[in-house]
Amino acid sequence: MFLAEVTGNLGAIAYGLAAIGPGIGVGIIFGQGVQAIARQPELTNVIRTNMLLGFALTEALALIGFVVPFVHS
Amino acid sequence: MSASHILAASGGGEEFQAPGLELFEFAPLWDGAPSWLTKPVLLAALSVIIVCGFFWAAFSKPKLVPRGVQNIGEVGYLFVRDQIARPMIGKDGDRWMPFLVSTFFFILIMNWMGVIPLMQMPIASHIAFPIVLAAIVYVMMWFLSIKHQGLIGWFKNMMFPPGLPKPLYVLYAPIELLSVIVLRPFTHSVRLFANMFAGHLLLAFFATVAYWFLIEKLTGLGAGLGVVGFAMTIVMTGFEMFVQALQAFIFTLLAASYIGGALHPDH
Repeated sequence: MFLAEVTGNLGAIAYGLAAIGPGIGVGIIFGQGVQAIARQPELTNVIRTNMLLGFALTEALALIGFVVPFVHS
Repeated sequence: MSASHILAASGGGEEFQAPGLELFEFAPLWDGAPSWLTKPVLLAALSVIIVCGFFWAAFSKPKLVPRGVQNIGEVGYLFVRDQIARPMIGKDGDRWMPFLVSTFFFILIMNWMGVIPLMQMPIASHIAFPIVLAAIVYVMMWFLSIKHQGLIGWFKNMMFPPGLPKPLYVLYAPIELLSVIVLRPFTHSVRLFANMFAGHLLLAFFATVAYWFLIEKLTGLGAGLGVVGFAMTIVMTGFEMFVQALQAFIFTLLAASYIGGALHPDH
């Protein structure tokens, strides 16, 4: 008898793990971005563009984690 | 009572099936049609026609005081110029506007196909489309970098930028080489693909929940869940429209930043 049995797709767990780092990263980016805009409202456009650029680069890691199970199956 | 209990209770012989990859598989449009001629291909062609038609209507007879469609066209053009081309490429960004505007609006329309009734297929959720778009940008990046910096100069600027402590280059050079040459086209295309793919699955899931619990297997306990699914379908459709526009913007932004990096190494 097993004490605990887990069924389902391992990819779901893998994606959960893969989402931790990018989640923290995206939080930092937008937190700092909003703070920067609050301090320098006249630079909003520049900050927003760079914020989205950083967001896109960070998010890529989570997306790779999302795609890998499909590639492997 | 947890969701899985409700699912099991309302199953009664046949179980709730979450939508999966079969959502993205299409047969040819009619019997005997070539195997590549499927719904996404048709919608991609339709997007091309819509984008061309829109800009033709907006700018074929431009007036000094814009009216009607020209207003929308100018707002779209200025948005791409002031938010993407000039910040990312610099003063000569205006030369790249034809490419950036058509890329942005083509991807935007392709993505919005995912929420337009009857279409409901974000075309970029088939990875072939993002791969081709990213490949165009990648080839352009190689060409412009070699033209403006030379092959050796480009790799030197990329891997050994001045001003770092010497030992750090051992770490920096291979990471930068990998990220620019290998990972760039991959993440560029996969970002668009995965967002559209996940968004479409999410919408399909909530819609299936609503259909299953409100129409297929209407029970007292399940009805609440069906209503939640129905409401979430509407909320998520709105959210998807935002994500689709954002992804079109980010794809074009990154394309512009790659082009800008190729033109001005120190930028």
